[in-house]
Amino acid sequence: MNTLILRTTSSFLFTLLLLLSVFLLFRGHNEPGGGFIGALVAVGAYALYALAHGLKAARKLLPLHPLRLVGWGLLVALLSALVALFLNKPLMTGVWFSLFGVKVGTPVIFDIGVYLTVFGALLSALFGLEETARTGGQEGG
Amino acid sequence: MEVLLAFLVGGLAAVGVYLMLRPHLIQFLVGFLVLGNAANLLIFTAGRLGSQFPPLVQRDGGLLEPIANPLPQALILTAIVIGFGLAAFGIVLFYRAEQGLGTLSAEAMPEVFEPAPAPSPVDQVEAPRSEKERVPA
Amino acid sequence: MSVLVLPLLVPLSTAVLCLVVAQPRVQRTLGLLGALALLASALALLLEVHRRGIQAVQIGNWPAPFGITFVADHLSALMVFASSVVALAVALYALAEPDPPRERLGYHPLSYFLLFGVNGAFLTGDIFNMYVWFEVLLLSSFVLMVLGNGRAQLAGGVKYFAVSLFSSVLFLVAVGLLYGSTGALNLADLATRVGELPLGLQNALAMLFLTAFGLKAAVFPFFFWLPASYPAPPVAISALFAGLLTKVGVYALLRVFTLLFTQDPAFTHGVILWVAGLTLLLGVLLALAQGELRRLLSFQLVSHIGYMLMGLGLLTPLALAGSVFYALNHMLVISALFLLAGLLDRLQGTSVLVRMGGLYRSHPGLALLFLLPAFSLAGLPPFSGFWAKFTLAAAGLEAGAYAIVGVALLVGLLTLLSMAMVFAEVFWKASPEGRSVPEGWGRLAVPVVLLAVLTLGIGLWAEPLMALSQQAARELLEPTPYIQAVLGVSR
Repeated sequence: MNTLILRTTSSFLFTLLLLLSVFLLFRGHNEPGGGFIGALVAVGAYALYALAHGLKAARKLLPLHPLRLVGWGLLVALLSALVALFLNKPLMTGVWFSLFGVKVGTPVIFDIGVYLTVFGALLSALFGLEETARTGGQEGG
Repeated sequence: MEVLLAFLVGGLAAVGVYLMLRPHLIQFLVGFLVLGNAANLLIFTAGRLGSQFPPLVQRDGGLLEPIANPLPQALILTAIVIGFGLAAFGIVLFYRAEQGLGTLSAEAMPEVFEPAPAPSPVDQVEAPRSEKERVPA
Repeated sequence: MSVLVLPLLVPLSTAVLCLVVAQPRVQRTLGLLGALALLASALALLLEVHRRGIQAVQIGNWPAPFGITFVADHLSALMVFASSVVALAVALYALAEPDPPRERLGYHPLSYFLLFGVNGAFLTGDIFNMYVWFEVLLLSSFVLMVLGNGRAQLAGGVKYFAVSLFSSVLFLVAVGLLYGSTGALNLADLATRVGELPLGLQNALAMLFLTAFGLKAAVFPFFFWLPASYPAPPVAISALFAGLLTKVGVYALLRVFTLLFTQDPAFTHGVILWVAGLTLLLGVLLALAQGELRRLLSFQLVSHIGYMLMGLGLLTPLALAGSVFYALNHMLVISALFLLAGLLDRLQGTSVLVRMGGLYRSHPGLALLFLLPAFSLAGLPPFSGFWAKFTLAAAGLEAGAYAIVGVALLVGLLTLLSMAMVFAEVFWKASPEGRSVPEGWGRLAVPVVLLAVLTLGIGLWAEPLMALSQQAARELLEPTPYIQAVLGVSR
């Protein structure tokens, strides 16, 4: 797997794939896409980078433990659901407002939460593989 | 078509249940996947097969008639995701069980680590030997 | 803003915050705060339901029966309340006996995700969502069950996992067939439509649901998995399971067999009555044969599920009130006993009965503390268990079901025998070996005292809770207000 071509291109593809994943995330409200699929693409980017440079190098590209991202993602999703409560509407009712001329709504924020959660969960599973490999599969999880 | 699918559901369910009853845990897991698919197909069939048009609004605002019923598909999607999660957890659980217990056979697994069947509280002839396993803290 | 969603938001927020902070010490505090907030929100919900009638919320403002509906009637609110009391007791126990390795693996967030799922199942107004909530609580419980990878935990976890998977698929099939035959999933909507189906189809669906929920509730003949798995995890986890998980199955049965399948009670509820009687008898007989405390309690747990089904099988207002009262009482009592079993294990270093003993001499107060929930479980006055059994027996006599009343009374007696044997083994007889008793157990007793005082308090002052249970039973038997609350008055 560790060919020169893969190692060279993976660095570029990593950035491109992350951009694509963000594109998919924001495209998701009206067109095919969304937080879930966006996160899958982002994890794909990490997986590709890990294939070329090793999981250790891939781990360095993320400043915090991916499981924390699950927590933050859930928190973002939860907060987006709460917005409607303060406007005296039932939980999770979509609220839309305009921010510098861009239409922003709680469903988008919810989707960002989904993105972070899926990204964190899958990435910690990916990094978990490395730990299992390192300890010969003897470590408890 | 419904009749055909009904038989397919029945066949899948039979295969799934058979596999789930096998002693090997991996067979059990495959059986669960097959049975889960039988359940999903059943929901799909129960939701009526009438049309293949997606229930999407066209550019001009009209609907394709007659549209397919989207609800069973939403239910199945949810069920598939949940089933996927359960299966993933099951694989890890069985992997750990194999590491910890040294076997993947459900027959060989039970009762070993449970407290030995103690004599009835009235007559204390001998104290049972093994005790419940404790996790080292 | 409706208080109805608070019992869902509080555990979810607690779990999410625990995930974000990730330090066991902070998580412990957060867990306790979350439990207190959950108790407060459950109390608020109960008051709201009691004052203003059945509450319904359409999540996302999509109208029923198309959207996601949450409903709280007296039954739901009472169950949420009792589960939050159990949660508080368990949080106190977890605070008193920290378990850092498991906390690092996520004990606190997982237990709050479990509560999130439990409360969701209690409050949902949609049969498919109930399936989803079941999965939420099941997945959390799977991980909790094997948390830390103890060997006994893995062996128990595999069985628990396998049985739960099968019951989930059955539940899904039942939901699918119900949807296929009625075209509805909202419980209130279903209630108006199931009656139009042919009787045979209704009964077939009813039996599918009975099997699926019976597996979760651990009733005869599906209870084998529970004593094989519940004693395995640490006590803070198994007490939570014992208090909550089977009751979710019971709740689902109570809901489905009063709202949907009431056309042919001679058959459906007759089957339930048989299941109840056999669960009662077999559970207690097997409990008598156990030599290990937590296994014994697991069989007692199974046996007493039978009482709750007995009230459902009789299907009279008094009997249903008895069932609801019994479920609430049992949640407190069985959690107290499981927590106590953990405490005794800590003191004696074992929970095998023959190797325990001598505690009456060294800890007379603890002996008294054991007797409170034990007598309540057996149904002696003046504890809450007495009123629960009394109501059920009275309802049974009123309905002329003498056989099941006889079984119920006999099982009460056998429970007393079993508890007396435990008392004799653990407290009365001389300690088999001189064992030094570890200090600092007093804090572990706090949650048990809380629950024991509660069961005594309910026993001495049973009127308010009984009135609430009777109101819950009335709502179950007369579903029109429930349907109106969900679908609006226009339909």
